[in-house]
Amino acid sequence: MSDLKKTGLSSAKRRQFLGDAARTACGCAVAATFLTVYQAQAKALPADAIRPPGALPEEAFLGACVRCGLCVRDCPYDTLKLAELGETGPATGTPYFTARDVPCEMCEDIPCVVACPTGALDHSLTNIDDADMGVAVLIDQENCLNFLGLRCDVCYRVCPLIDEAITLEITPNTRTGSHAVFTPTVHADACTGCGKCEQSCVLPEAAIKVLPRRIARAESAEHYRLGWEEKAKAGNALVPGMIDLPDRMPDAGAFEPVFQPEKGQP
Amino acid sequence: MLRNRFLLLRRSTQLLILALFLAGPWAGLWIVKGTLTSSMTLGILPLTDPFLLLQTMVTGHWPELSGLIGVAIVVGSYAVFGGRLYCSWVCPMNVVTDSANWLHRRLDLKKGWQPKRQTRYWVLAMALLVAAGSGSLAYELVNPVTLLHRGLVFGMGFAWAAVVMVFLFDTFVSRHGWCGHLCPMGAVYGLLNTKSLLRVSARNREDCDDCMDCFDVCPENHVISPALRGRGDDTPLILNRDCTSCGRCIDVCDLDVFGFTHRFDTQLIQPTSIEPGPRVPVTTKAMGGHK
Repeated sequence: MSDLKKTGLSSAKRRQFLGDAARTACGCAVAATFLTVYQAQAKALPADAIRPPGALPEEAFLGACVRCGLCVRDCPYDTLKLAELGETGPATGTPYFTARDVPCEMCEDIPCVVACPTGALDHSLTNIDDADMGVAVLIDQENCLNFLGLRCDVCYRVCPLIDEAITLEITPNTRTGSHAVFTPTVHADACTGCGKCEQSCVLPEAAIKVLPRRIARAESAEHYRLGWEEKAKAGNALVPGMIDLPDRMPDAGAFEPVFQPEKGQP
Repeated sequence: MLRNRFLLLRRSTQLLILALFLAGPWAGLWIVKGTLTSSMTLGILPLTDPFLLLQTMVTGHWPELSGLIGVAIVVGSYAVFGGRLYCSWVCPMNVVTDSANWLHRRLDLKKGWQPKRQTRYWVLAMALLVAAGSGSLAYELVNPVTLLHRGLVFGMGFAWAAVVMVFLFDTFVSRHGWCGHLCPMGAVYGLLNTKSLLRVSARNREDCDDCMDCFDVCPENHVISPALRGRGDDTPLILNRDCTSCGRCIDVCDLDVFGFTHRFDTQLIQPTSIEPGPRVPVTTKAMGGHK
């Protein structure tokens, strides 16, 4: 009798326990679903929100950053800010900057990285020139003053890696037929994405902008080979015995060069 | 003694800690940088919240040394002194939920939805599972505690909405709902509270007249019974890890039954009067004994 009573009680208890556990688990599963969907949406990083130097790739960064704000506090130029809830921007609480407002001044000691307690900003970044926050892209050639043939040059002048990350490439000015166009040209390998160029662009809306590498860069197919590079590597023509015929130019009368510098002008 | 001394002491501590965080951004006095999730004091003392670091680690990321040292200091200190001291003496949300509870009682509302006390551990497991599964600190997008503190120190945005939700939840939906049943941060600090030194003892339990004031005021009132209702050799110490060491029971008890002590002090105080006074009926005292 007492045995029966005992098992009866314990089975009722067990049933209640299992019922409670199942209910709580279901509640948590609902919450987990919402949370998973929400975090997936929060992963969309706007193109103009730039992570601090040394930031891990976005996926890893969102798992590593504890949103403490220590990088923001140690940034001497108040470049960095934390995303606020409700702001259409990076995931809430994570650090970023907007180059057009305040660019990264590329401190040599990289205090923001040093301050990071989790390594969401990778501590192996010790030379700020190796930072890769994004790539500057001269995004609007139609409005860029240099492309119009003027000598603005501001983005080139302010670049902390002048003549490495941005160079001025000289091409003929086809409009005047007698001047040069100094096109600001970004070299993605050297560009750190600091955003000094974007901030200082004199136009009301910058013609040069820092974009995340995933947007800014194309990728060459792995099987592509550039003939001239392969030739240089091999030291001789890859197909022996090829005859190099002379390049044929158009007939003298039909060819009028567009670029005709006047005598005495550079 | 001052009736609400521990309440006042707690409010002062909470304010002082918040002031330390705000002195930098408001007055340029950089004593503490960062937020409660991770901070740096005077450039030498790193402190990191265990729940936050746990979340990053389950995503597969190994933190830097300063983060690990910071979490070791936090875990060590709370585990030794009292895990849930964080909840009632540090956490800024405590002021919100205490205010909600004050309103809840002023409006004389029913307890409302009372999920099991262990639900917080389920929420904790859920937060960690989502972090592990998604590879991002998903719970931190909605964590009202960190949203509130970061909001105060760095800028609120819409974080106030999360705080208002907790306030409304605690006022109208569930008495002591957030801190007492659901918050996974409190769950972590609760786990640190299992062997902590600082304990409340019902050392004078022989004097208890069953007025129920302590049960009424305690945000985790299931922790009281074993200590208070114990007889003979039963320990008078409140050893349940849910106890936040807020000291409210000490504050409200007219008969000084409770007191702070350490976990090895199991001493009982002998009743003050040999002749036990007339026991006040539970109901009358409980109705009029509190606001």
